[in-house]
Amino acid sequence: MNQNVFIELINPFKDKVFRLAKRLLTSTEEAEDATQEVMVKLWNKKENLSDYNNVEAVAMTMTKNYCLDQLKSKRAGNLKIVHNNYTDREPLLDKKLEDSNSLEWVEKIINQLPEQLQILIQLRDVEQYEFEEIAKIVNMNETAIRVALSRARKKIRESMLNTHGYGIQ
Amino acid sequence: MEFNKIEDILEKYFQGETTIAEEKELKEYFSSPNVAQHLEQYKPMFGYFSQVKEQKSTQEIPLQTKKRNVAWLSIAASAVVLLGIGSYFYVSEKNTPPVVAQSELGTYDNPEEALAATQKALALLSSNVNVGIESVQYIKEYEESKNKIFKQ
Repeated sequence: MNQNVFIELINPFKDKVFRLAKRLLTSTEEAEDATQEVMVKLWNKKENLSDYNNVEAVAMTMTKNYCLDQLKSKRAGNLKIVHNNYTDREPLLDKKLEDSNSLEWVEKIINQLPEQLQILIQLRDVEQYEFEEIAKIVNMNETAIRVALSRARKKIRESMLNTHGYGIQ
Repeated sequence: MEFNKIEDILEKYFQGETTIAEEKELKEYFSSPNVAQHLEQYKPMFGYFSQVKEQKSTQEIPLQTKKRNVAWLSIAASAVVLLGIGSYFYVSEKNTPPVVAQSELGTYDNPEEALAATQKALALLSSNVNVGIESVQYIKEYEESKNKIFKQ
C-alpha cells in the first residue's frame, strides 16, 4: 500500500477521528495530535489493514482508547490538583448563564457528561453511526448503548431546562 | 400537525429508540425556521450536533516513508559489505590451494586412465556449469515477473 492509497482510505473518516478526539480532549491542538498519532499507527500497520473488514471502526476504537489513555495520564499527573481546584459546579453554572452563544453552552453541558456518554453522543448524534457500528467501536452491546444514550440525552435536556428563560431568545 | 409527529419522534429519541432516519428528520426540523414554540428549547441541541459535524482536521499527516527507506538502505548496504568480505575470503581461499596442489597434479602414464580421469573431471565441471545456469534462469524468471508488475 502506498501513501496515496492510504490517504484515500483514511480520508472519509479522518475528520470523524479528529472530532471524537476533540470531544474527549477538548483542545484542538491535542485533538490534532491524537488524529496524527492514530493515523501514523494505522500507517505503520498498513500491511495488515486488509485483515480488518472495517478500518474505520478500528480507527475510531484506536482514537477512543488513545484519548482515554491521554486523559488518564493527564489526571495522574500534576494537572489533577489544578483540575480539582476548579471542579466545583457553581462557577460553571454562572458561566453558563453568561454564555450568549447557545451552541457553546450545549457543548459545555456535553463536556460535563462522563466520557463514555460523551463518546456515545459523539458517535450517534454527531457522526450518525448505526448502533451496530457503535457496538464494534466501544465494545458494548446494542441494548446497553441505547440505555446509556437515552441517559445522556436526558441529562442534556435536563441541564438545558434547568436554565430558566432559555429557549425564548 | 407536523409537530405531533416530531413530538413522538422526540419522545423516542430520549428513550434511545430512534433510527438514524428519524434522527435526521429531527435535525432537519430543528434547523428549519418554523419550529413550534414549545419545542424551541431543543433547537440548540440539534443545532450543535449539526455544527460540530462541520469541524475538520486541518493538519497534514506525516507518513514516515523516509525513515523506512533509510532502514532498507542500511540493510542493503550491510548486505553488500558482507558480500564483499565473503567474496574476498572466498577468492583468497581459492587462490591458496593451487600452490599446494601444484605439486600434486598427477600425470597418468596410461592413456585410458587419463581419458577416464579427464571425462570424470569434465563431467564434474559440466554439472557445476548447469547449476550455474539454473540459478541464472531463476533470476531471469524473477526479472520477467518483476517487469510484468512494474511496467516501466
